Amino acid sequence: MMSDGENKWIGERTIRPDGADKVTGRAAFAADTAMPGMIWGKVLRSPHPHAAIRGIDTSKAEALPGVKAVVTAADIVDFPFDTPVPLGIQDMRWMCRNVMAREKALFHGHPIAAVAATSEAIAAEACALVEVDYEILPWAIEIEDAIKPDAPILHDFVKFDGKPSNISGKLEHVKGDVEDGFNEADVVIERDFTTRPVHQGYIEPHACLVSVAADGQTTIWSSSQGQFMVRAMTSMLTRIPQSKIRAIPAEIGGGFGGKTIIYLEPLATILAKKSGRPVKMVMTREEVMRATGPTSGSKSTVKIGAKRDGTIIAAEGTFYLQAGGLPGSPIRGATACAFAPYDIPNVHSLGYDVVCNRSKVAAYRAPGAPIGAFPVECVLDEVAEAIGMDPLELRLKNAAKEGTKAAHGPVYPVMGYAETVEAALAHPHSKAPLGKHQGRGVASGFWFNAAGESSAQVNVTEDGNVVVTTGHPDIGGSRASIANITAELLGIDYKRISVLIGDTATIGFSNLTGGSRVLFSSGIAVTESTGKVIDTLRARAAKIWEIDVDAVIWEDGEARPAGDNAGKFDPLTLEELAAKANAMGGPIGGGAQLNTVGAAGGFATHVCDVEVDIDLGIVRVLRYTSFQDVGRAVHPDYVEGQMQGGVAQGVGWALNEEYIYDKDGKVDNPGFLDYRMPVCSDLPMLDAVMIEIPNPLHPQGVRGVGEAPLVPALAAVSNAVYNALGIRFDSLPMSPPKVLEAL
Amino acid sequence: MAKIHVSTTINGEPEEFLCAPDETMLDVMRNGLGLTGAKEGCGSGDCGACSITLDGTLVCACLMLAAEAEGAEIGTIEGMAEGEALHPLQQKFLEMAALQCGICTPGMLVAAKSLLDENPDPTETEVRFWLAGNLCRCTGYDKIVRAVLDTAQDLRETA
Repeated sequence: MMSDGENKWIGERTIRPDGADKVTGRAAFAADTAMPGMIWGKVLRSPHPHAAIRGIDTSKAEALPGVKAVVTAADIVDFPFDTPVPLGIQDMRWMCRNVMAREKALFHGHPIAAVAATSEAIAAEACALVEVDYEILPWAIEIEDAIKPDAPILHDFVKFDGKPSNISGKLEHVKGDVEDGFNEADVVIERDFTTRPVHQGYIEPHACLVSVAADGQTTIWSSSQGQFMVRAMTSMLTRIPQSKIRAIPAEIGGGFGGKTIIYLEPLATILAKKSGRPVKMVMTREEVMRATGPTSGSKSTVKIGAKRDGTIIAAEGTFYLQAGGLPGSPIRGATACAFAPYDIPNVHSLGYDVVCNRSKVAAYRAPGAPIGAFPVECVLDEVAEAIGMDPLELRLKNAAKEGTKAAHGPVYPVMGYAETVEAALAHPHSKAPLGKHQGRGVASGFWFNAAGESSAQVNVTEDGNVVVTTGHPDIGGSRASIANITAELLGIDYKRISVLIGDTATIGFSNLTGGSRVLFSSGIAVTESTGKVIDTLRARAAKIWEIDVDAVIWEDGEARPAGDNAGKFDPLTLEELAAKANAMGGPIGGGAQLNTVGAAGGFATHVCDVEVDIDLGIVRVLRYTSFQDVGRAVHPDYVEGQMQGGVAQGVGWALNEEYIYDKDGKVDNPGFLDYRMPVCSDLPMLDAVMIEIPNPLHPQGVRGVGEAPLVPALAAVSNAVYNALGIRFDSLPMSPPKVLEAL
Repeated sequence: MAKIHVSTTINGEPEEFLCAPDETMLDVMRNGLGLTGAKEGCGSGDCGACSITLDGTLVCACLMLAAEAEGAEIGTIEGMAEGEALHPLQQKFLEMAALQCGICTPGMLVAAKSLLDENPDPTETEVRFWLAGNLCRCTGYDKIVRAVLDTAQDLRETA
């Protein structure tokens, strides 16, 4: 059912199913769970940024009264370096070393051992009693230091051009011939840029509670973006079969990609197994900042050539991204998304993955894409100025559209990029006057959007109401959208529908909440499941009326006779059919377990106004409007929420957020006071303009909306600062000290 | 170290507990009293997820020693609704989708109620500065600020 103006529930701002629990403090997040006999786990972390581990002596820790178990890397399954073990986009070779240092500590904060004890205080005391024999090694934190010829090498097995190197991966996209293109250009602009690593910044630290029963049945409550990911990774690191692990998704207090991998779960599982007691582990904020996420810092060079009329003829980008202590930075997102909004005949995009002595990066909202888009969108701003063209008109002239072959390979389906630029051009914001020290910037961005595995079960209760279960953790209101879709399909009030997230034992496999996949994929699974329910309801009515099932339609929450039989029988409601369910063939329900396809990319264009306080160097965002092709806004509040949240994170990345390392290679700002995310008084209202170009490959027209809104924000802010000051900042963040220095 | 006996009032009900001298109010609430609505996001008073009121004043429970609750009146998110009747702020947060993941929501609501108790007619700027100690990473604050302003207006009109 493609939605249109006739919809009753799709597009409605309904109350979310999990709302009442969340405003009353009842919602159970991972750290809110407890069990009888529960003990506490704590992690001992490396005090060094780079050190070989020559030996670990846990005997004193084990002897401390109250200590029930200790684990080290020796307890965790080892995946040797020479054989890749992919799991989704991760590799278990890196994962086994990230949850617990094996040969080496690779960053300050790297887990070395974990202890479970009867109190948190005793566990912490025991950690201090673990004796580790470190051989301290030279380290490299920044990209420049990691790729210079005499850099300390993190991993002997990593080779680049046949030599030991910290460059652990390379990705290239080529379209046409950029040299020919640059030769044809009237204007060529080339600039260098840097961005700093930024943390996902979820307010809920990682937490889990694990119980291992005497028969080996393992139950994990944890905060993650994927209970099936938790089950699979924990199984692989502990050799407990997946059938014996029940991973229960707690309510999740933000993730933004950072909870698409595990940290504590395998440690708590082994501690629980060894001690025979349920083990709870909760990270402190400092641990979150030192040892989880963030996304990569980067250095890049972007060169763009255009003709006088505004035709972009060639574009070249080279992107170095920090991976942290183990390989795997989001170079795919950077290299592909950087140029994706544009139809450019000649493109060369090149990405390098660089290991360095920082915590291993994790996905962060459109991983890599903001890093790729920032330099490109800044250079485009300069190109527009050089040829005397409005920066939005330049983007519109070169906008990719349906049928455009992207440099990263695909030919675009129906998409609404040009519409976002047109909407920005037509919006009053773009014409509003600006004052002294004020400026306006624009930028665009792209994110792939994912599809993949999704399962759903739709059951009709005996009293004629409905329970829907899906398998993706709800991180931003997806249950509300699923209620809208189910209500629309069944023709009943959304309040009669409960929506739950199943655990690994109660719902079929579903890929993690990531890639902006959830409503796309679960929308298809729920539509198919609900379709089966409706077919059953029609069949039951047909049986009661003794007519052919094809002569029964489902409309407005009831079965009605149609065709020649129209009006011959009184309609049968969902309640009436539910009451007769057992007499007419049994319980009514339908499920689907699918590998969904047909996701379509998301495009956004942002307009940002700033004012610079030239005495303090503070950049204040005065007004911000984002324009996005959202496919179909099944629940507009939560689509706008994604757009606004993405913008806020981008403003933080552009203006303040960065990791600061001290001279000893340690994170110097592992807390919210010094790692400065936007607070309420930093931001204005964030206007979100939803443009609905339905995805024809989705029953409700859905395309992912969660990640694209972060992508343009860095450059939109930067271009606004340029417009205000006439100074271009090629390095983020544009923090007050940096701005003051430039002034 | 001997534990301290504390007699206090939480959400209008008498409460007694034993705590270590260095134990925070947040830890006692969450681990001892079953009041897990307040969250620990930072443990350093920077995020506001553990916001409670102490004798009517907005504080971070992670920065308060549990022993300081002696003889005091504590208010938490668990005491905000009256039975099944949500406080107007809670209802408005639902209606205006002023939450995404919901981890900051209890603290945000306690802080917002504390604002409206003190200032029933706040400007947008006053709301933004009052809530500047409550971090939200999901929403960009837009819908939260609108919900607080809208509730304030409703309360003034029905007062």
